Amino acid sequence: MTNRYSVLSLIREGLNAQRGWEPAWRDAAPKKRYDAIVIGGGGHGLATAYYLAKNHGIRNIALIERGWIGGGNTGRNTTIIRSNYFFPQTAAFFDFALKLYEGLSLDLNYNIMFSQRGMWTLGHDRHGLEMLRRSANAMRLNEIDAELHDGDSVRRHIPGLNDTPRFPVLGGLNQPRAGTARHDAVAWGYARASSALGVDIIQNCEVTGFLIKGGRVRGIETTHGAMHAETVGMAVAGHSGVLAAKAGVRLPISSYALQAFVSEPVKPCLDTVVLSPATGTYLSQSDKGELVIGAGLDLYLSYAQRGNLPWMERAAAGVVELFPAFSRMRFLRQWAGIVDVVSDSTPIIDATPLGGFYVNCGWGTGGFKAIPAGGWCLAHAMATGKPHALASAFTLDRFRTGALIDEASASGIAH
Amino acid sequence: MLLIQCPNCGPRSEIEFRCGGESHIERPGPHGEVTDEAWADYLFYRSTPMAEHRERWVHAAGCRRWFNVVRNTVTHRINGTYPMGATGLTERSR
Repeated sequence: MTNRYSVLSLIREGLNAQRGWEPAWRDAAPKKRYDAIVIGGGGHGLATAYYLAKNHGIRNIALIERGWIGGGNTGRNTTIIRSNYFFPQTAAFFDFALKLYEGLSLDLNYNIMFSQRGMWTLGHDRHGLEMLRRSANAMRLNEIDAELHDGDSVRRHIPGLNDTPRFPVLGGLNQPRAGTARHDAVAWGYARASSALGVDIIQNCEVTGFLIKGGRVRGIETTHGAMHAETVGMAVAGHSGVLAAKAGVRLPISSYALQAFVSEPVKPCLDTVVLSPATGTYLSQSDKGELVIGAGLDLYLSYAQRGNLPWMERAAAGVVELFPAFSRMRFLRQWAGIVDVVSDSTPIIDATPLGGFYVNCGWGTGGFKAIPAGGWCLAHAMATGKPHALASAFTLDRFRTGALIDEASASGIAH
Repeated sequence: MLLIQCPNCGPRSEIEFRCGGESHIERPGPHGEVTDEAWADYLFYRSTPMAEHRERWVHAAGCRRWFNVVRNTVTHRINGTYPMGATGLTERSR
């Protein structure tokens, strides 16, 4: 039987007619009692379970997922990984995530296809350029790689960019270490690695309530029966407010639909990630050849995982404006994910007023890039009862004290 | 795409409107006596039901007037509108 991936195991299984591969993770039956329960089988939940086992030596862990793992926002996002933040707390946190991503394929023994192809943010006017310059300076102060380029240099680096657009490209900010990864592989890699460490991954199991006694969480009620644990972590972006309410915990979160699209696949033509705030779109090319295009939020409360036509039109218009050669390509698929939005666009990784109940939420439109660090810090909080130094500012209490970390306006980027 | 029944202009496409969030949120007061909790509640905490939701919309590219909409957040179905100042849907406005 083969369960470690390597060139040798590929050759061996090739000679063995591929009969020796084991399932990537065990299909676990739920037990009555666990040391820790993680709710949510997306990237953040899976990473939390993995780091609970790996960093903190807790092995008796259940990971509960309502649907299938990686089937929520982890499977719906545009897979961009970057750390171009403004404030020191967020910059340090997201750059830690990026550094973990750099070593993740080796750590998990699973190729997450992390491609550090850079990400360009374009400036189309004087004020946009000033924002980029400010952003570049902030990034460098935070020890994050940033390069500011003039318009000619941007056009040299990005093939196919419109030479004479309606909104001229005057400059661009590149983060060379940014890039994309295969989103499913991140979920599957964490699932496989945490299952190997003893985590029970339980899919198709919905949490219907919480067992609460003496002001502490004692377990959860699910469609597969009750499970007991003194520590419960929740990472269910999109439905954080709804699920936390079942534990009697209120969160300052509103849920909105965020759309993305892919075009039909074509040969390699775009080797970087391009974000144009002014035209309201961003795009990259997947390894399958599809253009992956992101849009903005439909700004009304929604739990319908489907997008809306106005943004589709706007995103397409932005792409055609930037890259006229793409104008005859067709959309292949269109979908939406439900994202947690908090007013300062900074996540919440914290204990809650309910003892033993921890939350990882509020990622807005950019949770994918934070998966390793979000899991790392939630695992730390669950195992030690104290916030991790990198996430110590991401408290629930900041909405009461006013110590907000307002990346929504500081970074000036779509979150 | 939502088709929204503006009380003044009739049925119009979603792109003509802006959503102003949850209806019936009152600023707590008097100011000196408001606790930090109540103020945070007023600023940041919203009801986020997976059900009917009462919210304010403005017909930005039309009459530019605000009104309330009762909309289901799962199906996006709009069950009716009612004017600012009213407390909810009446049987007639459904």
